[in-house]
Amino acid sequence: MKTFLTLLGREVKSFFYSPIAYVVLFYFLFLSGFNFYTQVSIMNGFPTELTVVEAFFMPALFWFPFILSFPLITMRVYSEEFRMGTFETLTTAPVSDVQVVASKFFGVLVFYIILWAPTLISFALFQQVTGRLAANAAGSYWGTYLLLLLMGCFYISVGCLASALTKDQINAATISFTSITVLLFIGFLPDIMNVTAPAIKDLFSYISAIQHMQDFSKGLIDTRPVVWYLSMTALVSYLTLQVFQYRKWKA
Amino acid sequence: MIKVENLTKRYAGITAINNLNFEVEKGEIVGFLGPNGAGKSTTMKILTSYLPATSGRATIAGFDVFEQSIEARRHIGYLPENTPLYTDMRVGEYLRYRANLKGVPGRKVKSNVGDVIELTNLREVERKLIGALSKGYRQRVGLADALVHDPALLILDEPTIGLDPNQIRQVRELIRNLGGKRTVLISTHILPEVEIMCSRVIVIHKGKIRASDTAENLLRNQRTAGSMRIEAKVGADNAADDFLKLPGVKDVTTDQDGDYSIFQLKLEANADPSEEVMSLVSRRQWALRELTRRRPTLEDVFVELTHSDS
Repeated sequence: MKTFLTLLGREVKSFFYSPIAYVVLFYFLFLSGFNFYTQVSIMNGFPTELTVVEAFFMPALFWFPFILSFPLITMRVYSEEFRMGTFETLTTAPVSDVQVVASKFFGVLVFYIILWAPTLISFALFQQVTGRLAANAAGSYWGTYLLLLLMGCFYISVGCLASALTKDQINAATISFTSITVLLFIGFLPDIMNVTAPAIKDLFSYISAIQHMQDFSKGLIDTRPVVWYLSMTALVSYLTLQVFQYRKWKA
Repeated sequence: MIKVENLTKRYAGITAINNLNFEVEKGEIVGFLGPNGAGKSTTMKILTSYLPATSGRATIAGFDVFEQSIEARRHIGYLPENTPLYTDMRVGEYLRYRANLKGVPGRKVKSNVGDVIELTNLREVERKLIGALSKGYRQRVGLADALVHDPALLILDEPTIGLDPNQIRQVRELIRNLGGKRTVLISTHILPEVEIMCSRVIVIHKGKIRASDTAENLLRNQRTAGSMRIEAKVGADNAADDFLKLPGVKDVTTDQDGDYSIFQLKLEANADPSEEVMSLVSRRQWALRELTRRRPTLEDVFVELTHSDS
């Protein structure tokens, strides 16, 4: 456990060694602030049934920075170690492969949480200033932020896998960006293809992130997406472990 | 401390090391010699569990490097070739991180890091970013990292490469002082280094061990022997033929420097015809300017043992 915490500490700190953490944090806060401002302005002008929380997590202004954040925060986790050769010092220390893979994953997850936590301030401010609620019930916050965490786990594991596949960060970012975009928008596929068979529509809505967000931001916490994201995270992390070990044996 | 049995490693079609057998006892400083691509680094990578062997086995302090890899790795301080380091960390911070990672107990981290910083002379750069350090300092940071958990065995892959002569001397001194307490396996192709530092030499070529002995024994037993250089005024005499008739002389080459002739005598193993040369010179009354005997060096041994397909 001490070894894992040592590794985790280095992973989290390594974000702040390089300017990338500050750049991502700045751009992310800027866009989410802009998104918040835009949604509240729209609601000022036009009556709507949505709450502020639902409106915030629906538009492209939310999804775009959301998708883009994953390649940026995961691309270097393994690639950098391969490129600098520190992979060798890391894996010849008395640490197990599982510890390394887990520390990389949780290191990014911690940074991801740091990235999202400040958005809560927007809602708190809104309630403070207007004296009105930003969501209908506390469940709305729980649902939204739980889903953010779950989606985060899945997409971070995809990003880590992409990074473990290459020693070039740009390659890693390209692979993870493409995969995550496909995963996110796959829910639209039946609409685009004009498929009407209910079985297929159900299947795709089951894995549609956008559908999930609509439900969860209302406070409807459905266990099916929870199972989906957690099991996919486990599967992709297991694949990462395999790639990690394969690289080590092959190198 | 190290035991290697029938170790073989094949990469796609290439046999990097072939049926290697050797042992290193506790407290020895063993020089691992060989030309580039001989399999030195591969062997070291297998010993540190970075690569798996194709067949055979190796143990470190009794722990199998594959089956009990983590236990084996606890006993090793490893400095890989080219010294990879996290360039975005500060020296002290990096060494503390590595100490924690290698399982140094929390209360001992500070003193261990302090000790290796003193030992490797890193005090003045302790708070600097590793990325801003020169090659020599980085090498020493790598060495400090290898030492920080006080391992019983040090595996150093070309620790003096890229250092200036003063730094090389420092590193050598450091390694020599480690002997006795620790076991050291050190790979290099700088030969004088080995003669100075190592209690034993293992010469490896094309994945096979060619020799394993002390440097002195290797020199004594090798076949290509030394040579002798004679500068003398020989006049009209046919001196080269006379020298060739002396016992132990294999070959003579002649050169001219003004009135003086320069002879290079190639000698057979362990031959020393200096007395015969002297009596020949005095009998013929040649004016002798120089008579030097060149002993074989480890370099000659190395060349002989690793000369392409010998």
